[in-house]
Amino acid sequence: MPEIRVTPLGAGQDVGRSCILVSIAGKNVMLDCGMHMGFNDDRRFPDFSYITRSGRLTDFLDCVIISHFHLDHCGALPYFSEMVGYDGPIYMTHPTQAICPILLEDYRKIAVDKKGEANFFTSQMIKDCMKKVVAVHLHQTVQVDDELEIKAYYAGHVLGAAMFQIKVGSESVVYTGDYNMTPDRHLGAAWIDRCRPNLLITESTYATTIRDSKRCRERDFLKKVHEAVERGGKVLIPVFALGRAQELCILLETFWERMNLKAPIYFSTGLTEKANHYYKLFITWTNQKIRKTFVQRNMFEFKHIKAFDRAFADNPGPMVVFATPGMLHAGQSLQIFRKWAGNEKNMVIMPGYCVQGTVGHKILSGQRKLEMEGRQVLEVKMQVEYMSFSAHADAKGIMQLVGQVEPEGVLLVHGEAKKMEFLKQKIEQELRVSCYMPANGETVTLPTSPSIPVGISLGLLKREMAQGLLPDAKKPRLLHGTLIMKDSNFRLVSSEQALKELGLAEHQLRFTCRVHLHDPRKEQETALRVYSHLKSVLKDHCVQHLPDGSVTVESILIQAAAHSEDPGTKVLLVSWTYQDEELGSYLTSLLKKGLPQAPS
Amino acid sequence: MKLYCLSGHPTLPCNVLKFKSTTIMLDCGLDMTSTLNFLPLPLVQSPRLSNLPGWSLKDGNAFLDKELKECSGHVFVDSVPEFCLPETELIDLSTVDVILISNYHCMMALPYITEHTGFTGTVYATEPTVQIGRLLMEELVNFIERVPKAQSASLWKNKDIQRLLPSPLKDAVEVSTWRRCYTMQEVNSALSKIQLVGYSQKIELFGAVQVTPLSSGYALGSSNWIIQSHYEKVSYVSGSSLLTTHPQPMDQASLKNSDVLILTGLTQIPTANPDGMVGEFCSNLALTVRNGGNVLVPCYPSGVIYDLLECLYQYIDSAGLSNIPFYFISPVANSSLEFSQIFAEWLCHNKQTKVYLPEPPFPHAELIQTNKLKHYPSLHGDFSSDFRQPCVVFTGHPSLRFGDVVHFMELWGKSSLNTVIFTEPDFSYLEALAPYQPLAMKCIYCPIDTRLNFIQVSKLLKEVQPLHVVCPEQYTQPPPAQSHRMDLMIDCQPPPMSYRRAEVLALPFKRRYEKIEIMPELADALVPMEIKPGISLATVSAVLHTKDNKHVLQPPPRPAQPSGGKKRKRASEDIPDCKVLKPLLSGSIPVEQFVQTLEKHGFSDIKVEDTAKGHIVLLQEAETLIQIEEDSTHIICDNDEMLRVRLRDLVLKFLQKF
Repeated sequence: MPEIRVTPLGAGQDVGRSCILVSIAGKNVMLDCGMHMGFNDDRRFPDFSYITRSGRLTDFLDCVIISHFHLDHCGALPYFSEMVGYDGPIYMTHPTQAICPILLEDYRKIAVDKKGEANFFTSQMIKDCMKKVVAVHLHQTVQVDDELEIKAYYAGHVLGAAMFQIKVGSESVVYTGDYNMTPDRHLGAAWIDRCRPNLLITESTYATTIRDSKRCRERDFLKKVHEAVERGGKVLIPVFALGRAQELCILLETFWERMNLKAPIYFSTGLTEKANHYYKLFITWTNQKIRKTFVQRNMFEFKHIKAFDRAFADNPGPMVVFATPGMLHAGQSLQIFRKWAGNEKNMVIMPGYCVQGTVGHKILSGQRKLEMEGRQVLEVKMQVEYMSFSAHADAKGIMQLVGQVEPEGVLLVHGEAKKMEFLKQKIEQELRVSCYMPANGETVTLPTSPSIPVGISLGLLKREMAQGLLPDAKKPRLLHGTLIMKDSNFRLVSSEQALKELGLAEHQLRFTCRVHLHDPRKEQETALRVYSHLKSVLKDHCVQHLPDGSVTVESILIQAAAHSEDPGTKVLLVSWTYQDEELGSYLTSLLKKGLPQAPS
Repeated sequence: MKLYCLSGHPTLPCNVLKFKSTTIMLDCGLDMTSTLNFLPLPLVQSPRLSNLPGWSLKDGNAFLDKELKECSGHVFVDSVPEFCLPETELIDLSTVDVILISNYHCMMALPYITEHTGFTGTVYATEPTVQIGRLLMEELVNFIERVPKAQSASLWKNKDIQRLLPSPLKDAVEVSTWRRCYTMQEVNSALSKIQLVGYSQKIELFGAVQVTPLSSGYALGSSNWIIQSHYEKVSYVSGSSLLTTHPQPMDQASLKNSDVLILTGLTQIPTANPDGMVGEFCSNLALTVRNGGNVLVPCYPSGVIYDLLECLYQYIDSAGLSNIPFYFISPVANSSLEFSQIFAEWLCHNKQTKVYLPEPPFPHAELIQTNKLKHYPSLHGDFSSDFRQPCVVFTGHPSLRFGDVVHFMELWGKSSLNTVIFTEPDFSYLEALAPYQPLAMKCIYCPIDTRLNFIQVSKLLKEVQPLHVVCPEQYTQPPPAQSHRMDLMIDCQPPPMSYRRAEVLALPFKRRYEKIEIMPELADALVPMEIKPGISLATVSAVLHTKDNKHVLQPPPRPAQPSGGKKRKRASEDIPDCKVLKPLLSGSIPVEQFVQTLEKHGFSDIKVEDTAKGHIVLLQEAETLIQIEEDSTHIICDNDEMLRVRLRDLVLKFLQKF
């Protein structure tokens, strides 16, 4: 029995280190290869020994697909390909291919240079890894091999994010990566056609949330920033260099312009300018409005937002600083946070999801005394605000996508177990689609029943179609043919053609039955009586009386002969071939009942 | 399968393919060479043009002198320029289901087709094709609308009058169907019917046919198309290039195994080497400027101009031209330069790598930043105050009949210091220059056409091996001007089928198979039997379901249980449906074994007689006779259904069913 097997190595009932193994029709595909922000030990990467226990990665995997450039989706890639060892193709979109190595390098620097980790992947490994990448266009059907094909769809979320359809024959799986069902200030909404896969693997970050309108959240955000700046406080907004940062920059830029505010806005890393450049060059991936107006005005050239220098953090007076990374787990945002945390005038706004174990997650869950490195305790007095700007679909969005795709089954990843449970029930009850939520290392097996494509000879098909298009439910008409199977070539042809092709002769099987009738008249008259009787009974059939005295019903021949011994009895010889058996046997039984009395 | 050929222009094709149940238009090219018969539209009143003498017949009859003007021995129509449309009468264009566009030059007739023929289908094109195609159309409409011309000449088109005119007007074809330019409103409406597609995207048409665009290497977003069903494949190759310029390289491998390959859009200048031409372009440009002259480059606002600017970027410093201003004047100049930088995914590898850095893929960004290249929507406004000579001006239209180029021709034509360099191959430069004669300015012809030449075509055809090649008739003989060059034509086996305007070709194509899906439940029930080594057979009886041109075989329904309750059935209900087919039989019956089998099943008193062709088995007790021959068996018995069925089943044991 064919089946689809799915095993999350990461992101199973968890957010972080997304990595999902899919086996479909004998092909093995790995979806994403991320790192976990909450761990600094072995657990930060997916457990590839699950595969390597039984052999090399390259032998096992047909391809790897990366959905977008966030590190929890691609952060383990150089480790996976260069240190564990994988030489097969890695697919991602062009913007992901462009931006991914930069974020990996950034990640490497923080890990090695700042934290002093040994045995981490090197810059060269990132380069070598990226050489294995094959860039894909949206909607392009990429033929990984003769049977396996993949296709990317727009996912919103971040620049270049894509959903992927993985297809072998008539079996398919759709993996959403992270996606957003509503357009925001710089990206469009996810879109996919009704491709009816066997399985939809979807993220479920906001499985239980139904978010209010974006506009309210934006107003709220601007109000909070404005208030803090008015009272002379400093506002820290931890972000990732690409993605939400651009959206919030556009938002603040227009607000500052409108309100004529003077407090400086800074963006912390050297990545900013570069990041904005990427948006400019990949403008076809942004939303309709930005694409339409880019010739006149580039939305990614900011007037009020300037580059940050670490010395600015101690400047007096209000300011707004965007700093990376977004979960306060390392780097500049954490440094600034430590500096500003003690002052209640200041504010930190967390615009996105924070993984467990990060400082971001701790302060969001209300912790106000943080144990830092070296047993130092940091007391957080600054205002802590959370604002969901992450471009993930909420529960409504996820349900909408499931409805749009019409899968046979749904598998949840990239979310917390409790929230998943809720969504799972919702999907099963409201959409009547079976739903799975495996933990890491746990395998879900779905039996499939793919239909078998064969070639039907046009002659046979047309002969069948010519008999009418609508099959009658009461009298189903059957198509008869012979399936010729030669190697992997399957052809359905008419029986005659099959015989001819194989050089075989037809064997004709014929029956002739003697039916005795009591009728003293002459043979010709008996035949005539048979004719008129049959004609009246078989209205839908072609009944003929031939010049030689015989009667035919379709291809069945009836002849009347005198009985050799009894002149009062006539013998009807009814003759038919095996192919007409039903009608032939019906006729004999009909004639056996005798003929009606001739009308006087 | 049929091909309706609506355009006679080999590089501006418009064909309609009927394939299975679909009607597919391949490209929508607009032949603009017709405009060469018209007087230029000057932006500024030109005394020279308005004072040209009217043309009169040999007998002195001057009734056409308002419509026709004479300039240096050539006659021009003094009217709004008109274009030669694709044939609209050959096929009902409202029946066209889809239009596939291969590149932005081949979509210029789109508004005529989508807006005026009852067309209700979809147009497919790549994003760069649409964006740049829009710019080309916008420029064209702008060029023509900003110089309103009161006069629209039509008298000369009268067949009887046209005969009397001098060449080339006399020989112009289909003049009655020539049309004025469309409006921006029509352009927008036409473009709104386009659906964007990406390379290698498989697009299903009505479930019957699949179409796929492939990179063709000629321009940003340019594509060839595969039109295929499961068993047939047509490749449409239009405007392809194997040279490495800015676009993504041509995808050749996917063209393999085509039944028919339709080949259009080859180079128009098969004898010119594009690299050599670029070199000549640069050196002539430098020479003129060094001597204090101006250079005029009539061009389209997108395409080769990107490559020329890139060459100049590398060339100007070494040639000491750093202080010479380069002007690019077009209503869409800014958009074209901006758009070129955002199609990273459609560019060649080198340019893609630059975007990843991230840097703009084309160096004209730097030329603009350093003020070496300036662009203006028209020569009015800022340009007139910035204008410094000597300079280099890139501007349209390459036909020299409208656009800012007309003004520069009038302005610079009188001085031999200046040079006009023709790089676009679409118009004969001599004809383009005719209404400006006599000219003192130098004219250099450096046509740059990167499309396939005949050597590349023959290599390509050897590589992809189509069963049949279809091409415009121009490609099956050497060009008229070089009739001895037998190498300047398509050479393949079998020889190509050629077409000309308004012709209908029946493509040599026999469809034999169609895809059908066997449902898993049915497949499980099939009993394959090996007939010959490696070949297995299974008889299939199934219900055919056809929906959206997809065919599915489902298991036959289970026979309905005879309903015990209703006893009174009308006789006719018992009549079997003769359409229920029984399989064919094959094989032969070994008499001895058959007799043994009969005995085993309780028949006694069996007698076998030999006949000429076989045997007769007599069951005397049952008064039954079975004739057995090589290819037939005949059971003759009394009307005893039980007996007949028993015998039948014993016979069938020895036969195979098909």
